[in-house]
Amino acid sequence: MQLNTLTIKQASSLLAKKEITSIGLTKACLKRIKEVDGKIKACLTVCKKEALVEANIADERRAKGETGELLGIPYLAKDNILTRGVRATAASKILENYIAPYDATIIKKLKQAGAVLLGKTNLDEFAHGASTENSAFGPTHNPWDLTRAPGGSSGGSAAAAAADMCIFALGTDTGGSTRYPASFCGVVGLKPTYGRSSRFGLIAMTSSTDVPGTLTKTVADAAIVLSAMAGVDKNDATTVKSPLPLFVKGGIKGLTIGLPKEYFVDGTDKGVTQAVEKAIEDFKKLGVKFKSVSLPHTKYVVPVYYIITPSEVSSNLGRFDGIKYGLSASPQPSSSKGEGVSDLMSIYTKSRGQGFGSEAKRRIMLGTYALSAGYYDAYYLQAQKVRTKIKQEMDKVLEEVDCLLTPTAPHAAFKIGEQIQDPLKMYLEDIFVAGASLAGLPAISIPGGFDNGLPVGLQLIGKRFDEATLFRVGHNYEQATGWHKKKVEI
Amino acid sequence: MLLSKQEIQHIAKLARLDLTEAELEKYGGQLSNVLSYIDQLKEVDVKGVEPTAQVTGLGNVLREDKVEDWDKAEIEAALADAPEKEGRFIKVKRVIE
Repeated sequence: MQLNTLTIKQASSLLAKKEITSIGLTKACLKRIKEVDGKIKACLTVCKKEALVEANIADERRAKGETGELLGIPYLAKDNILTRGVRATAASKILENYIAPYDATIIKKLKQAGAVLLGKTNLDEFAHGASTENSAFGPTHNPWDLTRAPGGSSGGSAAAAAADMCIFALGTDTGGSTRYPASFCGVVGLKPTYGRSSRFGLIAMTSSTDVPGTLTKTVADAAIVLSAMAGVDKNDATTVKSPLPLFVKGGIKGLTIGLPKEYFVDGTDKGVTQAVEKAIEDFKKLGVKFKSVSLPHTKYVVPVYYIITPSEVSSNLGRFDGIKYGLSASPQPSSSKGEGVSDLMSIYTKSRGQGFGSEAKRRIMLGTYALSAGYYDAYYLQAQKVRTKIKQEMDKVLEEVDCLLTPTAPHAAFKIGEQIQDPLKMYLEDIFVAGASLAGLPAISIPGGFDNGLPVGLQLIGKRFDEATLFRVGHNYEQATGWHKKKVEI
Repeated sequence: MLLSKQEIQHIAKLARLDLTEAELEKYGGQLSNVLSYIDQLKEVDVKGVEPTAQVTGLGNVLREDKVEDWDKAEIEAALADAPEKEGRFIKVKRVIE
C-alpha cells in the first residue's frame, strides 16, 4: 500500500486501527516529495526533521488513547501562511529569508488537532496570479503535464495534493486561488465563506476577500479540515460565529441547482462545456432538479475585482519597508551592499523596487492609482458600489436554489509561458471564480472529468455559511462518478 | 485611458517604488490597458447603492485596548527578522531633517 496516496479519511481509519503509524505515513510523503518534486517543484521548504518529530508526538498521543481525524495526518501549507520557526516567503524575494515568529491561527488549530506539517508550497508571489508562474523562485509544474501550469495562486498546494506528496494541503483563496488550481490539477479546492475561519497569520493580500482554504483528494476531506480550522478568533475581528457540523450525510434527491446563464457563454472550451453538460446529466440521475437563473452583473466581476484587489494590495504591501523585516537596501555593516543609500526614502523605494516582482509592482501601482486623489470616486468607490449589486443579485438567486453549478475555469491547464506576458488576459482567468469571492460566498471546485487527458473542474457556489450543502452535493457527485479516483502517473 | 510617463513616475513615487526606465515603459502600457478595460464600470447605474463595507453582516467588533505580552522567544524571533538593530531596538534612518 502506498501510504502517501491515502485520503484523510482512509489514513485516519488505519491510524485508529493501529495498522499504520504517523511516522510511516509521514515518511511515505517525504519519500514521494523527494522522488517527484524535482520535476513538479511544488515545495519551497521541506521540514523533514520537524515533521518526523511531530509525527512521533502524534503517535504518542494516539498511544495514550487520544483520537481525532487529523491526529498524525501529514500536510503541506501554502507559503503565505505563517508557521512559527519556519521560513515564510510568500514566494517573494522581499521575504526570502523571513522566519515566521508565530503560528497562523489555522496552523495553531491544526497543530492542536495533531496534523503534521511537512513543508511549505509554492505560489504566485503574494498570491498575485492564476498560474504560479509569478513566484520569485520559479514556476510549479502541473503533474498531469509538466509543460503546463498548475493554476494559481495555490498551485504548489494543488500540484502536491494531486501528486500525493501529502495527504492534504492548505491554500488561500482571494479571487479563486484554491478553486482554480484545483480545477487544473484534478483535486478538490474549497473556498469557505468569508469569516468562517481566521485570517490571522495569513500574509494579507486583499483583506476583504482573503480566506484560508483547502486542497484535498476528496470532498469529505475538505469538510474534515474545515471543521478543524473554522471558528471565531479574537485576532480576526471579521470571523463570525456560525454553527457546525459542516458535513451532512444523505442523498441529494429533490435539491435544486441553479445554472447562471452568464457563466455559460462563448469563450469556454468545448471540452469544459461538455464536461459540465455531462455533470448535469449525472446530477439528474441522482434526483437533482436544475433551474436556469440570471446574474446580469457577472460581466463586471473582473473589473470590480481588479480595482478592489490592487487597492487593498497597495495598502497591505505598504508594510514592506526594508526596516522591520524582509529584504532591505539599507547598508549592511558586513558588506559593501547598500552603499550610497543614505536616507529613509531611498531605503523604502530601493528595498521595494528590488524586493517585489513584476506582478506585485503592477498591482501596487494600479491600486495606488485607483486610491489616489481625484480617482478614488471614479474607481474604488464605484467598484464597491457595483460589488454591492453583484453580492445582492447572487444572494437573491441563491434564495431560489440550493446552490449554483458553473465551470471553475474556461479551459483546462494552459502551457507555462503561454500567456504570462499579457496581464489582462491572466486577469480574465478569474471570470468564474471571483464573483463568489466578492460576495463572500462559499464555493468548491470538484473534479468533473477530463479534456484531452487534462482535468476539468466544476464549481459549486453556496449560500453564506452553507458549506454543508456544497459538501453534500459534491460528495454525492464524486461517489457517483469516481473522477477523483483517477490518479496522475508521474 | 493612456497614462503618460510622468503619471507613471508620480504613481511609483506615491507607491514608494524605485523603477527602472524599462519598468516605467512597460507598466505605462500595461496599466493603461487594464484601466481601459476597467472603465466599463462607469456604465453601471449605482444610484442609491451603498458601497460594500463588509459581506457578513457584522457590526463593529470592539475589544479592550490593552497590551498583550508576547513570550520572550517570540519577541526575539520577531526582532531577529529586522535588518538593522541596536540592542533591542530596530534602527531607522533619520526621519526629521
